[in-house]
Amino acid sequence: MRQRVQPRTLIICLSLLCLLAVWLSLALGPVSLPLFDTLRAGLRLLGLPIAGDGLQQAEMILGQIRLPRTLLGLAVGAVLALSGVAMQGLFRNPLADPGLVGVAAGAAMGAAVAIVGGSWFGGMPEVLAPYLLSLCAFIGGLGVTALVYRLGRRDGQTNVATMLLAGVAMTALGGAAVGLFSYLADDATLRTLTFWNLGSLNGASYERLWPLLMVATGVALWLPRRARALNALLLGESEARHLGIEVERLKRELVFCTALGVGAAVAAAGLIGFIGLVVPHLVRLLAGPDHRVVLPASLLAGGVLMLFADLAARLLLAPAELPIGIVTAFIGAPFFLFLLIRGRS
Amino acid sequence: MLQVEGLHLRRGSNEVLHDIHLQLTLGQVVGVLGPNGAGKSSLLGVLCGELAPDQGHVTLQGRPLADWAGQERARRLAVLPQVSSLGFSFRVEEVVGMGRMPHGSGQVRDAEIVEAALRAADAWHLQGRSYLALSGGERQRVHLARVLAQLWPGEQGTTLLLDEPTSMLDPLHQHTTLQAVRRFADRGAAVLVILHDLNLAARYCDRILLLEQGRCHALASPDEVLTPGALKAVFGIDVLVQAHPERGHPLIITR
Repeated sequence: MRQRVQPRTLIICLSLLCLLAVWLSLALGPVSLPLFDTLRAGLRLLGLPIAGDGLQQAEMILGQIRLPRTLLGLAVGAVLALSGVAMQGLFRNPLADPGLVGVAAGAAMGAAVAIVGGSWFGGMPEVLAPYLLSLCAFIGGLGVTALVYRLGRRDGQTNVATMLLAGVAMTALGGAAVGLFSYLADDATLRTLTFWNLGSLNGASYERLWPLLMVATGVALWLPRRARALNALLLGESEARHLGIEVERLKRELVFCTALGVGAAVAAAGLIGFIGLVVPHLVRLLAGPDHRVVLPASLLAGGVLMLFADLAARLLLAPAELPIGIVTAFIGAPFFLFLLIRGRS
Repeated sequence: MLQVEGLHLRRGSNEVLHDIHLQLTLGQVVGVLGPNGAGKSSLLGVLCGELAPDQGHVTLQGRPLADWAGQERARRLAVLPQVSSLGFSFRVEEVVGMGRMPHGSGQVRDAEIVEAALRAADAWHLQGRSYLALSGGERQRVHLARVLAQLWPGEQGTTLLLDEPTSMLDPLHQHTTLQAVRRFADRGAAVLVILHDLNLAARYCDRILLLEQGRCHALASPDEVLTPGALKAVFGIDVLVQAHPERGHPLIITR
């Protein structure tokens, strides 16, 4: 069997990569800041007493634009990757992904209702808007996850084909609903909607960040507690029950965490696909399928991948900016095909 | 141990199990035989709590099965299903180690038990390999090791339920598997095993439950149950039954 990377080595490497990604993400962009200045300005923002001569501009760019964006990227990536792990565990299939089984589409549907509905009611109060969005996205995600899960199960077994087809149907339905709302929306709302659909970390603000950070922290603290139970679940539901796991409760937690995580991520950054599929896979290839490793490693790797994808989105067509959903789809879709082909051989 | 009384189970309009009484006792291997669709797996499903009976109840150590907390029950009752679908590349010893989940016995002790269980299932040489790279029979032995590890060393008060543990095994491993099960029972565990091979049942079981269309046709020692008349009635096959030349247990020869 192929050699596995030691869990500790993997976590340390990913942590270092994560720091590097954060550093680059803070430094690079339309206005590139010298790496060393970025470091100094960043440390000053953290409150360290460092001489700030000539750093005013850097500090402003960092504090107002790049830091919220970087934190948003980290949180979205982490939460999507964790949701991917949870989905793959729940469906006991490594090809399950929040985007593929329609969860993201459900969340987008919820977000569309919130955006357009909000504008109909004369605009939402500024304070409430991000929370209402998150809530609607969450409800959409929860509804679709539960529905797809129900449809995919027969006689205690999860039928993957049915599940993926149900996901296709839900994605189409979500697309139709978002399309309908786009048609009904006025120009300003339409812009916002289009932005969700392609996914972007652009325009990140602390207001939009907070609900996501809370959800991400919750999910990141909760899921690893269930790592052993998730391992057992991979054996099968009845096998897990015979090992003393409360399977129904575990499944409810997984559905809830996924819906919450994907809902919050979609609300904050729109539809960003394939992170939830690619990241857990890469981690498993490196370190094996034990969730005690896969969960923390996916959390880190999701953040890292997201930041690098965002860097690509920012820099490839600079000074214009690609929506990040396009970048992740270009990475993720071929990867998915590769997995399909590899699985068949 | 595990006990059922007056068990009835319906699926739709079919009565799958009819008035089954069974008690698994310490140190005994009970074999369940019967043609396809006789209700063997349904019986196992009821015994392990997966299926709720329409009448009758299952008790584990005198307490209704449903009243046991998950982990407490898992330390006393282990179940080997007919097929397990695991699609992730765990290593063999990790799969077997999952059997230790209900226990808090510590990594060192768990590793010892995993090794012992793998050796008992004659699968120790598979350690370090990916589960996905194994053949069907090898996987079956790994899962056997997993359930053995769950109850290791098989003391009094533990119950092991096995659904066709030999279905994919070569002749040698059919015997090593049932020998491991037999040793488990000798240490005090109560065992129920569904089998298709009449001769394996004759050799390794203390008692045999012969099921026919959900009813108990016979429940007694192999000598009493495995008679040409009973086998003709239940399976519709003509057999000769002779004593095994060396061991004395019934030997079933198809005519």
